[in-house]
Amino acid sequence: MKIITREEILRTNIGKSLINFFETIADLSVFSIRFFKEAFLPPYELGEVRKHMVELGVKTFPIVSVAGFIIGLVLAMQSQPVLLRFGAESFLPSMVALSVVRELGPVLTALLFAGRVSSGIGAELGSMRVTEQIDAMEVSAINPYKYLVVTRIIACTLIMPILTMYVNFLAIMGSYLAVMLSMNMNFELYINSVVNSLQFSDLFPGVAKTLIFGFIVGAVGSFKGFYAENGTVGVGRASTSAVVLSSLLILLVDTVLVKVTVLLWK
Amino acid sequence: MVEVVKLNKSFGDLSVLEDISLKIEEGENVVVFGRSGSGKSVLLKCIVRLLKPDSGEVFIDGKKVTNMKLKDLNELRKQIGFLFQGAALYDSMTVRENLEFPLIRNFNFTESERETKVKGVLEKVSLEGAIDKMPAELSGGMKKRIGLARTIITEPKLILYDEPTTGLDPITSKEISELIIELQKDLKVTSIVVTHDLICAKIIADRAIVLKDAKVMYEGRMDEIIKMEDEFLKDFFTV
Ligand SMILES: Nc1ncnc2c1ncn2[C@@H]1O[C@H](COP(=O)(O)OP(=O)(O)OP(=O)(O)O)[C@@H](O)[C@H]1O
Ligand SMILES: [Mg+2]
Repeated sequence: MKIITREEILRTNIGKSLINFFETIADLSVFSIRFFKEAFLPPYELGEVRKHMVELGVKTFPIVSVAGFIIGLVLAMQSQPVLLRFGAESFLPSMVALSVVRELGPVLTALLFAGRVSSGIGAELGSMRVTEQIDAMEVSAINPYKYLVVTRIIACTLIMPILTMYVNFLAIMGSYLAVMLSMNMNFELYINSVVNSLQFSDLFPGVAKTLIFGFIVGAVGSFKGFYAENGTVGVGRASTSAVVLSSLLILLVDTVLVKVTVLLWK
Repeated sequence: MVEVVKLNKSFGDLSVLEDISLKIEEGENVVVFGRSGSGKSVLLKCIVRLLKPDSGEVFIDGKKVTNMKLKDLNELRKQIGFLFQGAALYDSMTVRENLEFPLIRNFNFTESERETKVKGVLEKVSLEGAIDKMPAELSGGMKKRIGLARTIITEPKLILYDEPTTGLDPITSKEISELIIELQKDLKVTSIVVTHDLICAKIIADRAIVLKDAKVMYEGRMDEIIKMEDEFLKDFFTV
């Protein structure tokens, strides 16, 4: 039997990409820890944070609106015949509400947010890096990490829960459209069964984890942009790799968090 | 004012600066020549610690920049102006916001004081009309001049110019050179100017330094350098 040595594994392509991945994660962690060191010291740049929040909100509003409504609609359309088969049609509102609030709403919003926002931040900071604007801040004794990165991470973190609650709401409305078209159930009854099925332990973890997703999107986008190299090519690369990495991290972290919440709220 | 001692800098295998030593006195204008890629911009960036030298020391005002604490470095940087080769204007801000940016963050001026300063520097670079424009709406030469305005608005004691007149027409170029002289005379500014522009250099230089093959090839008075019997220098200075 041939024993594969560690060196041989490291030389393969998969080995190399794995090492690259973990190096990136290590650098990203260092980059993110710096956030906690700098965010709580003045100047706070609240104006910048607010500006970014408005920008992010406006930028993602259309896509999450459409996606939220449709995911609710489709989920109800898909589930209705299945539930009918088991004679459990009246559970439809609760089922949709629970799936959306616990999992689909937060993750869908986070992935859309990652696609739209972390690429934007990556490109924006990347082009500031390669045109020496970040260096220009540094020589004028202005801390570019604080002014550019901290403000964006805070804005992303704060706006995610808001977007998610909005998406949850729209998905439940979308689902009502399907219910109205196929079942004989009025709005009041629908809303009642949605509200009755939702508990604090469904709502809270779902919304709270989006704070973490928002942080990931802001941090990864900023990280990729802040260290962009090689001119305009590097800017493009920063922007796409930010989307890939932040989406991946959102899914990984979500898996862990789901396990944790299930353990906490049995 | 500025002293560089045995500075070395390389990128990977490429050695860009080798054993560079310079001394620049207070109030002096020194011009740095060298072919494209000879490390002029890298030298300026090493002086303000935007790039970390591999070895060697930089002193500004007698203080060792190379291993200074970030807080002290920032205090020092408030007294230093740096004009980037590509102007490096903040492209999400208007010209006015670009100029006010260092003023708001590092100094305590009132709004009307800032307004006066902004108008003042714009007049110096003859671009009063551009005050509410975005950088994307400016021509290359206009960007350069706004970059210059942003560099001098904080009234630094030391200014590093990376090709201040490149891409400007001869008339504007001459005006900018005269502005640099004026700053030296009126505000006792010390300047290091990287340039390829002979006319500009003749106007401003007290002393010139020529970089070649990662080393200081020649250092001396401008009028002497032009008359040197050296192949490279002759090629360099005869148009
Ligand atoms: N960040 C960097 N990474 C790798 N190499 C670099 C970097 N910055 C500069 N170099 C290399 O260092 C050398 C000197 O560059 P520098 O920008 O100082 O040239 P320069 O003298 O300013 O030229 P020019 O007159 O064209 O502006 C070049 O060969 C360049 O390729
Ligand atoms: Mg250069």
